Amino acid sequence: MAVYIAILIANMGGYVDEIIKGEIRFQIGVKVNQDPAYKLLPPAKKAELIEELYQLEIKRLGLDTPFILRSHQYLLKALTLDLGRAIYLTSDTGSKLVKNIIVERLPATILLFTTINVILFLISLMLGLYASRRYGSKLDKLIVTLSPLSSIPGWFYGIILVLIFAASLRILPYGGLVDVPPPEDPLQYAASVLKHMILPILSWLIAYTFIQTYVRRTFFLMFSQEDYVEMAEAKGLPPRIIERRYILKPTMPPIITDFSLTLISSWMGAIITERVFNWPGLGTLLYRAAMMLDSPVIIGSVVIYAYLLVITVFVLDLVYAIVDPRVRYGVT
Amino acid sequence: MSSSKRAIQFLKSLFQYKSALAGSVILLILVAISIYTVIAIPYEQATYLWQAGKDIWLDNPRNALPSWMNTFLPKKLPETIILDTTRNQVGVTKIIVPLGKEMSKVIIEMSFVYNYDDFPSEINLFYESNFTNSPPQLIIYWVNPEGVKLKLKDLTASNKGAYYLSSDEYLMKMLQEYVKEKFGKDPEYDITPEIGLFAKYDETILKKETTSPLKGEYRMIIEGVLFEKESDVNVKLVVYGKVYGMAGTDHLRRDLTIALLWGTPIALSFGITAALSIAIIEMIIAAVSAWLGGRVDFILQRITEINMTIPFLPTLIMIAVFYKLNIWTLLLVIIALSIFGPGVKTYRAAFLQIRSFPYIDAARSYGASNIRIIFFYMIPKILPTIIPSLVLSVPDFVFLEAALAILGLGDPIAPTWGKIIDDAFSAGALFKGYFYWIIEPSLLLILTALGFALLGLSLDKIFNPRLREV
Repeated sequence: MAVYIAILIANMGGYVDEIIKGEIRFQIGVKVNQDPAYKLLPPAKKAELIEELYQLEIKRLGLDTPFILRSHQYLLKALTLDLGRAIYLTSDTGSKLVKNIIVERLPATILLFTTINVILFLISLMLGLYASRRYGSKLDKLIVTLSPLSSIPGWFYGIILVLIFAASLRILPYGGLVDVPPPEDPLQYAASVLKHMILPILSWLIAYTFIQTYVRRTFFLMFSQEDYVEMAEAKGLPPRIIERRYILKPTMPPIITDFSLTLISSWMGAIITERVFNWPGLGTLLYRAAMMLDSPVIIGSVVIYAYLLVITVFVLDLVYAIVDPRVRYGVT
Repeated sequence: MSSSKRAIQFLKSLFQYKSALAGSVILLILVAISIYTVIAIPYEQATYLWQAGKDIWLDNPRNALPSWMNTFLPKKLPETIILDTTRNQVGVTKIIVPLGKEMSKVIIEMSFVYNYDDFPSEINLFYESNFTNSPPQLIIYWVNPEGVKLKLKDLTASNKGAYYLSSDEYLMKMLQEYVKEKFGKDPEYDITPEIGLFAKYDETILKKETTSPLKGEYRMIIEGVLFEKESDVNVKLVVYGKVYGMAGTDHLRRDLTIALLWGTPIALSFGITAALSIAIIEMIIAAVSAWLGGRVDFILQRITEINMTIPFLPTLIMIAVFYKLNIWTLLLVIIALSIFGPGVKTYRAAFLQIRSFPYIDAARSYGASNIRIIFFYMIPKILPTIIPSLVLSVPDFVFLEAALAILGLGDPIAPTWGKIIDDAFSAGALFKGYFYWIIEPSLLLILTALGFALLGLSLDKIFNPRLREV
């Protein structure tokens, strides 16, 4: 797993390079153009000056050394979360450090999207199991019919839900994290946050519940035709035990893999969902940074997203090992 | 002969599923729209219209609903009325009477019937005159159906210009005073020129909720003096409505129809190109990896694994921000980022099975080259099975484009559905109640997604018979 992180960050370093160079050139250009001392210089001289300062700056930052050497520096910097300073954006506490800005936003993203994923996971698991045991029932058919709904992404349902519940019916907020001004009482604060979470959660549930339930159901169906399940049924075991011990347990590892994949893709989908709901998380930060061309923040966010991804994979690998005795360390 | 027969057989089995039929119909309609659009409105014209400033769209109302909304609404909303003295229009007369040697008098009368239940959204008077030294002097009068004549303004018509009645503070004050004088008290709201000029003058005008327009024939009379022999003046009165065209307009008075129409071919070609090329390249990589094995396999698989841990959307956003891509370069970047995707793993697993099939051994024994085996024996074998997932993945890319546009990273020139939604979002359409603005592109996006999803799922049932009974 550590290899993953290392390779990944090195990869990020590759992009960062050109971007930083461009940024330095831009900054120096702005500096020279705004400096009254250089105001009277002819454009050609000015360009020369910019080029000279640019080369100096490159040398100062060590950007003229081969990339291989530098990539290790980048790696170290990224690993220690030394993400530099923002150009325009500041954190709510006024800090200009990219790290502080991101750390401030991260909890909101994690709160919303882990909640969504856990709810989604549980619902689809239960519903899938239920539907597979009552194969061909009305609920089962409903799930199959509604599964094309997920060809439309969650954020898009978000727009429609805002249109219905916020703009037309005016019963739920348009977006944001809490009411303005935020309530003093922590309980009310939590309630307000919950109220703001309803629509984002709902939009994702509409988009992904049915397809996930459908996938689970098909999966459970395949496993419930195994001989040992029939054997258990023949023994007269109660259906609850059959479901738990004979169907759920062996299907758990692939389901966990699936869960990890959806969690990963949810980090990505989060950006646009956050934009739609104006949720003050990492996605909104990335959006604002993109609008303002605040490159250190953009790069920092991408690095953090990469981290989230890797951490997700890593944690789920651990869970995998717990659930599936075959992959446990030391057992081959 | 046999292949065409097989195709018919295939279509027959496909259209057994009603969902496949519905999906195909939707897609055919979208394709038809695309073809029509590309032929009827050339791309340059579309982007020019979409980019151009207000000048092109000056005669359109702002944020107008689509015209067909009038069929469903209880109140009939006004259409835009344009009266132009340069055009030969019914209700427009222009008379020039000479006054002595140099000067002449001009009388322009423009009349129109207003039969709507709501007030216009704006009123502008554009004028254009030619003269050498002294510009024409005009006096503008307004006559409502009851015959009340109101002097609006004295105007010096120099060259080209406009008189924006709607933002004339003086006119507003005058109308306010007029109402106060007539009813002995102030109205409860600000009487805008649109309301003041079109309202029924009875007790209802005092409240904003009750005031309603007076139906009938309105006239604008412009009397003026031209000081020079060669001098001339032309005016255009635009009474902006609240409905426009098939799709309405946005905050910049642009006709949404253009972007909605052009969004179709862009969305379709974007989605299909992305889905198709990614699937094919993934498959080739997987086939090469599985067939050659050894070091090539190792390298390709490691690249895939690394690529899978790169956060796709943030990286894409980063690239789009730093390099300001147009839509087709964006497409290339998306393809480049996706070709080492999870598909490589699944296809490779399939190819590993195929590798040991006897017919591959046979091919190898007669000396077929690697390329021949990969492209003629291995890939065609699994091609049919990937078609459903390919069709199903098209909407993902259509929505990806829309998502990027909503993040403000779409193509800067091309009109697309995502950009309409972005504009609407940024202009606060949800807060101001311009729902049509968001619903129209959304509906098209949903239709596209639905079309591909329905077709894809039915194809899935045909190509993967195991799902059929499910």
